[in-house]
Amino acid sequence: MAERLKVRVDPDKCQGHARCKALAPELFELDEYGNAHESGDGTVPPGLEDKAWLAKSNCPEIAIDVIEE
Amino acid sequence: MSDVSQPATHPPVTDWVHDFDHTDPQWTDDPFPIWEDLRAASPVVHTERFLGCYMPTTYEAVREIANDTEHFSSRRIIVRDVRPEVARNAAPPITSDPPVHKPAKQLLLPPFTPDAMKKLEPRMRAICNELIDGFIADGKVDAAARYSKYIPVRAIAHMLGIPESDSDLFINWIHMILELGIKDENMLLQAVHEMSDYFRTQIEERRSRPTDDLISYLMNAKDKEGQPLEESHVLGSLRLLLIAGIDTTWSAIGSSLWHLARTPADRERLIAEPELIPTAVEELLRAYSPVTMAREVVKETTISGCPVKPGNMVLLSFPAANRDPKMFPDADKVVIDRRENRHAAFGLGIHRCVGSNLARMEMQVALEEWLKRIPDFRLDPAGTVTWSQGTVRGPRQLPFLLGKAI
Ligand code: SF4
Repeated sequence: MAERLKVRVDPDKCQGHARCKALAPELFELDEYGNAHESGDGTVPPGLEDKAWLAKSNCPEIAIDVIEE
Repeated sequence: MSDVSQPATHPPVTDWVHDFDHTDPQWTDDPFPIWEDLRAASPVVHTERFLGCYMPTTYEAVREIANDTEHFSSRRIIVRDVRPEVARNAAPPITSDPPVHKPAKQLLLPPFTPDAMKKLEPRMRAICNELIDGFIADGKVDAAARYSKYIPVRAIAHMLGIPESDSDLFINWIHMILELGIKDENMLLQAVHEMSDYFRTQIEERRSRPTDDLISYLMNAKDKEGQPLEESHVLGSLRLLLIAGIDTTWSAIGSSLWHLARTPADRERLIAEPELIPTAVEELLRAYSPVTMAREVVKETTISGCPVKPGNMVLLSFPAANRDPKMFPDADKVVIDRRENRHAAFGLGIHRCVGSNLARMEMQVALEEWLKRIPDFRLDPAGTVTWSQGTVRGPRQLPFLLGKAI
């Protein structure tokens, strides 16, 4: 089993490309302007680790961090 | 009407590195090897054409400029032969710099969220199928002129609440502004005036008969102080939505179909695995990014170590950034299942394309509906593919033969 991961969106960098939401809808929410924030406290449920990394590597603004705890 | 004929006032390019010209026919036909040469020469190249213009050639240099609103202004967003005074509220927020940029952009974002686009999807599918109905029995089609061209224009007309049947009128204005207008100021002004008059009439009509479309939305919008927007702002944003909404996605859908017509393996894979289409759309956006934006240098600085001087324009080539092999392994190959794809087709930084969610949905639906009904197609050897010039790149003639090759 992979380690516990958390995702975090840097709101100053996010420009609302919505790639994260498209690739990992379970892990991100969009506000009324289409800007992203992590769902809940950002904890990645088991089995979704791959999606977390995928979202990170597809964010054009490099706004997503994946933190290994 | 929307052909690529241009007043040929520019001498042909012989030295691409020091004298590049994005309106040169060689660039229009096949810019990719040119960008490779430019990138090998420097992360930022310069030409004396267009009254002085830089072009960043790497992803990194493009990113630096896109994120630097202090040294680079967005008031001019198209590299042209002339630099007339810029009208205030030309096309907010794309022509806006901070601090006025943010409120202008926030105004436009809510109608273009992914959720808002989902509601539009059934209409898009219907439009695509109506278009296909119009030519599928013929066995051949110009897919640019009869398919990709009409999808985005009808989508944005639907959102704005203006007649989809006026599509040809809108397309002609865009052609005058984005292609002919690079070299012909009068064309540009004429189209802008006609557009503004058209929208003024629409606004007048809505005063007595309110609607729930984007025109009414902008008319009723209030700024932070609770005041309605100035009329010039409403008109500027409406012009932007129409201009930005049409040519760009038309080009992206056309380039995607062009690729699939020439690459049977990719076509077969997408038919067998339709769930791969969203991933493929991202890769097609990367490889054939339609939009090159511009900036104006307003303060001296350096980009990737290269000094840039005020008064020059910048050809902010997202397409060239997306072909940078430092950022994308096998950058010159189309890998339709590319997983890591931080492409910049919709721009980077605060000026990220407001319509990106709309464009993605349109591309996806356009390819899905086409492949469902026309799984087999290829370029018609008797025809010629032509490409648009300048700010937006995409096929303008795309002759296909439909059905299996015999
Ligand atoms: S992909 Fe990046 S920029 Fe886009 S919404 Fe997600 S965090 Fe924001």
